[in-house]
Amino acid sequence: MTAGAQASMATAARAQADSVPAEAIHVENLHKKFGELHVLKGVSLSARDGEVVAIIGGSGSGKSTLLRCINCLENPTSGVIRVNGEEIRLKADSHGNSVPADRRQIERIRSRLGMVFQSFNLWSHMTLLENVVEVPIHVLGVRRDEAVATAEALLDRVGLADKRDVYPAFLSGGQQQRAAIARALAIQPRVMLFDEPTSALDPELVGEVLKVIGDLAREGRTMVLVTHEMKFAREVASHVVYLSNGLVEEEGPPEQLFGAPKSERLKQFLRNVG
Amino acid sequence: MGLLALEPPGRGSFLLAGFLNSVMIAVGATVVGLCLGVCGAWCKLYGGPVARDLAAVYTTIVRAVPELVLILILYFAGADLLNKALAAFGYPPTDIPGVAAGIFVLGVVQGAYSTEVLRGAILAIPQGQIEAARAYGMSPSLIMRRITLPAMLPFAIPGLANLWLIATKDTALLAIVGVNELTQVTRTAAGATKAYFTFFMAAGAIYLALTLFSSAIIGRIERRARRGMPSVAGAGR
Repeated sequence: MTAGAQASMATAARAQADSVPAEAIHVENLHKKFGELHVLKGVSLSARDGEVVAIIGGSGSGKSTLLRCINCLENPTSGVIRVNGEEIRLKADSHGNSVPADRRQIERIRSRLGMVFQSFNLWSHMTLLENVVEVPIHVLGVRRDEAVATAEALLDRVGLADKRDVYPAFLSGGQQQRAAIARALAIQPRVMLFDEPTSALDPELVGEVLKVIGDLAREGRTMVLVTHEMKFAREVASHVVYLSNGLVEEEGPPEQLFGAPKSERLKQFLRNVG
Repeated sequence: MGLLALEPPGRGSFLLAGFLNSVMIAVGATVVGLCLGVCGAWCKLYGGPVARDLAAVYTTIVRAVPELVLILILYFAGADLLNKALAAFGYPPTDIPGVAAGIFVLGVVQGAYSTEVLRGAILAIPQGQIEAARAYGMSPSLIMRRITLPAMLPFAIPGLANLWLIATKDTALLAIVGVNELTQVTRTAAGATKAYFTFFMAAGAIYLALTLFSSAIIGRIERRARRGMPSVAGAGR
């Protein structure tokens, strides 16, 4: 990219910021209990279009649960979740949990949220190309030839063009995770959700995955990212949320959170992970 | 050896017809069994309390009662019930064709065993793959068709292959209710000619050939189903 193009993109981003972009993800007063265990105790979170929100926190702080509640992989116990302004309708089931009231609504919302998992979760009976075209063809109804062309471009983008006909089990963790990112991109997601995308990787493979995610962040994609990589969060995030014991302990721009943390717990946490 | 010739007075054509009936029954029973097995496994894993209990009763009873007894019960009681039902609606009683009855009876037995094989195979799929399918907005039926069934195949095939081989030999049990399958026609031919050794050896060889042929086909299917898995020594045999 030329310096001029970069500058004009930066200007565009600023112009967009002035008009206050729409809220892509809105979570309000979210509670989640697993039996007696109260994991989320009233968490609110917001991600506007183009924002990169990083969720950090110790293990057991509820950060993955929060992310998984956004697309109802975990059913919240109570709270409000809006995706692109549309509220997920919830109803109480016989056990008193909130479950999506309308299966088609939640399926439609999910099909525009590109989720990337800690353990990749590629479909093992499909080649990389088949993995990437699966959702566009069978959920979104894209024509096969179009889906294949898009998938090839995406695999090329994550550096896996030559592996399109290989099955996931024959690839390294880093390659699998990059393919999983291509699978998420193929649905043209409104928001990308990353659930500790590098935690299951060997240390020497973390870099290649972070590079791909960093590139996506810089091109202005809306992302919610649960991560243990503090340096990376500081680099790419526009907003950082520190969760502790199921509550938002502190949040703000990365410079503020990492540079001048106010909360004692966050200071302690950053000392421990730094 | 002249007794095995295809043209009369040889009895080869009878054996061949019996063999074809056996294969038809085994294939039919396996297909019926797979359908019942998919339903049964689905009920046990994802069904409500009623569906789960029904599936449990089905697999428990069928697997607890000796197959020979089940065959007698289902064949005679089944025919009786059918004729009573027909009579109630004013139709004349009918004879159920042996092959159809055999497929039904063995299919019910196979279904109970495949339920357990398929349930185990579905449980062996890494849970994350199902979760990814949900996260991308797939409906439950699409997940079943595109993810669960193909992903469980490599885990199910060894068990299902066993069931198929058992099915080919269980057809012999149907001789007791007079279905014209290989064992029954062998018995008839041997009794008529008194050449017991020749005919039963021939029948044994035919069963063996069917098994060897099946193993070759199963090996190919298994290699195809395991295409996404790194090879381990002995896989796909």
